[in-house]
Amino acid sequence: MRPASPTRASAPVSRWGVLWVLLSLWGVAVMAGAAAAAGPAAELRKSGFDFMGPAIQAMQRDDAQNPGMLWVQDGEALWNRPAGQNAKSCATCHAAARSSMRGVAARYPAIDEMTQRPVSLGQRINLCRQNHQTTPVLPPESQDLLGLEAYVAHQSRGLPLAPPADSRLEPFVAQGRQLFERRLGQLNLACASCHDRSAGQRLGGSLIPQAHANAYPIYRLEWQGMGSLQRRLRNCMAGVRAEPYAYGSAELVTLELYLAERARGMLVETPAVRP
Amino acid sequence: MARTLITVPPTARAGEVIEIRTLIAHSMETGYRPGADGKVVPRDLIRRFSCTYDDGASQQLVFGAELFPAIAANPYIAFSLVATASGTLRLVWEGDNGFAQTETVAIRVS
Repeated sequence: MRPASPTRASAPVSRWGVLWVLLSLWGVAVMAGAAAAAGPAAELRKSGFDFMGPAIQAMQRDDAQNPGMLWVQDGEALWNRPAGQNAKSCATCHAAARSSMRGVAARYPAIDEMTQRPVSLGQRINLCRQNHQTTPVLPPESQDLLGLEAYVAHQSRGLPLAPPADSRLEPFVAQGRQLFERRLGQLNLACASCHDRSAGQRLGGSLIPQAHANAYPIYRLEWQGMGSLQRRLRNCMAGVRAEPYAYGSAELVTLELYLAERARGMLVETPAVRP
Repeated sequence: MARTLITVPPTARAGEVIEIRTLIAHSMETGYRPGADGKVVPRDLIRRFSCTYDDGASQQLVFGAELFPAIAANPYIAFSLVATASGTLRLVWEGDNGFAQTETVAIRVS
């Protein structure tokens, strides 16, 4: 939602009519924004890709140059490697990821039937490891988890993000939206302060993107490595001097959910390169 | 075992200039950075990269590079060579702490 021009309480009395019209227009806009997920209007949405320079864009486009492909390659090996007591691999149940995992990452986070709570793609992979492979869970941001996540998400590259139409998700999406709009940290900034209201402007030397989660996990040049959406979110929280939510916490998953809803229809780019 | 991605054109004509592109997973730790515990992370670099072209008749070093701390993690190295005859390319990365990675790729020249 783009805020309408600020209306001033000190407007002269003669302009009250105009003010009233403006206010009611603003109200309509707010309600329209609430019905659809907020964020920039669909035709104004731009992937982080569009905010990058041509050199980094070329790096992402070319699989031979994109370092994220190293993790995808890793994930492919892990997908086929038997693990746990029953010597099951991901492929034992899911067969070839190329077909079975196509479009899956575009639907996550989704409700986990056992706990009735939303889980992110990384958490789903770990649940599978726990329940079906009976192997220890992979720690967050570990090479193996990022590899598997990147490999699975890579199968959805080019597909539009399509969060499931699941009524059980709605309260969590709403929570995520609240978190997105809630000011936090010593700098007292909400995600929306920068990514909704000031996207396209600069923060220091860097362009502020619109924060669409359509490309995770990403290879970030600043990290010199791969990272998940949760790492990115925690980064931003540390940036506004707030205490970041823990990896895998319910708050981060609801934020992921809201971001997925907000970026609905945008094309998956995994593995993306970001500055 | 480090992970590598190597891109070589599947076929080439004799005398054609072809581009070889390589990517290797490596932290390229500079030796200047403090870690989470405040201590300097020891240097761990790839120091040298070389490519030898074995076209049946001879083995020739066709490309070599020295790498330094300013080079980013997961270095991408691309170079060109003249395809003379079918054979193999031997790509070697060597570095600190006994790091050594060798990959061979076949090239077909018609």
